[in-house]
Amino acid sequence: MREIEVAQVTQAVKAAAIAANYEPGADLLAALARGLEEEESPSGKEIFRQLLENARITKEERIPMCQDCGVAIIFAEVGQDVHLVGGDFNEAIQAGVRQGYGEGHLRKSLCHPLTRANTGDNTPAVIHTEIVPGDRLKLTVVPKGGGSENMSRLYMLKPAEGLAGVRERVVTTVEEAGPNPCPPIIVGVGIGGTFERAALLAKKALLRELGQANPDPELADLERQLLGEVNDLGIGPQGLGGRVTAMAVHVLMQPCHIASLPVAVNIQCHASRHKEVVL
Amino acid sequence: MAKTVKLTPPLSDQDVLQLEIGDTVIVSGVIYTARDAAHKRLVDMLARGEALPMDIMGQIIYYVGPSPARPGRVIGAAGPTTSYRMDSYAPTLIRLGLKAMIGKGKRSPEVIEALKTHKAVYLGATGGAGALISQRIKTAEVIAFPELGPEAVHRLEVEDFPTIVINDCQGRDLYELGVRQHRRAAAR
Repeated sequence: MREIEVAQVTQAVKAAAIAANYEPGADLLAALARGLEEEESPSGKEIFRQLLENARITKEERIPMCQDCGVAIIFAEVGQDVHLVGGDFNEAIQAGVRQGYGEGHLRKSLCHPLTRANTGDNTPAVIHTEIVPGDRLKLTVVPKGGGSENMSRLYMLKPAEGLAGVRERVVTTVEEAGPNPCPPIIVGVGIGGTFERAALLAKKALLRELGQANPDPELADLERQLLGEVNDLGIGPQGLGGRVTAMAVHVLMQPCHIASLPVAVNIQCHASRHKEVVL
Repeated sequence: MAKTVKLTPPLSDQDVLQLEIGDTVIVSGVIYTARDAAHKRLVDMLARGEALPMDIMGQIIYYVGPSPARPGRVIGAAGPTTSYRMDSYAPTLIRLGLKAMIGKGKRSPEVIEALKTHKAVYLGATGGAGALISQRIKTAEVIAFPELGPEAVHRLEVEDFPTIVINDCQGRDLYELGVRQHRRAAAR
């Protein structure tokens, strides 16, 4: 067994939460630059220029790229040969979020669902833990904005609706979202599993590096088709009309019940933020 | 042909009547922030017959919940939030003389109707450009509901804040026009 102190987990989550909000990923910057090339509408091109300028200011002036610093979602892959010592693992993650959002001057966006009273420190984070082979601990911190999350949808289709039904729901979700989720967006799609698994697949699909093809050729082909259909909608950057509504569509799929065809569509705004740390 | 207009609140009927969808509006001067929780408080105050924390006549409300300012800075990131969540409150404020709202995303038919009836406009700012927009904000002060944190009402002084007219006083919608022009026949 390899021992990892939970204090290291707190430090790692704190640093990753700050970095995710202040350091736009190279893949995102490349996708925005590609978007500027591909976009045809003048207002759409202007939006891409603003977003690239925003990314520059974020790094140079140390201002978060978006004021919505998100719900902190943490994907933890815990090696089965890791022994976490020195305290409560989940509490260590929450402490990392609390410290990162506090010391990093990030917005605290969590509140009681009904009274709407702010929790004051951006906790609780949403934690997804998986046990994997090995003796390492991988933490991915994903600040997820509320505007794009609100435009996300889950559908329980009849199996008879098949691939056509899946495509129809993905395109409809993007169409109904229109300008609201801050296009140019990234579309995460989860097909199969169960009610909750489809949603998790859709969210995990968003973690893949932009510009990287899906390793499954069948899904890579589906992603290309969906990206074409979504961009034919003409919504464009910020919904002002244009070619690039989505910079990418990412799909994850797994088997489901013979009675079901779950499809989840998780919309990610252009402020796609995630930082990975391996301990 | 879209034009560029510089405006400083308080705005008159004439100021907003000249605006058409697609026009660029460069805002300078004092504007107020309010988002979900603040709107509920404002409308509740009106229902109780209380005075609002600001004189709403001719003013601009910016839908934003800024991130905290670092020491020595005026404000953190400060881009627009999605406007439809304020749709149920906005017509009440427009009736009282609110002349413009800055946000992002679609508005309801009720809001668009209120803009026509009471002569007001809805302006779009670039969603997700929070760092860029923060540089146009020269002062920031919480004037109401400090307990709401990022949702408190701030008085901002802005300089050359760029926005675009999404809904004008004639009931037109820039989002609809833009999509119509760029939608491909293949789209359903």
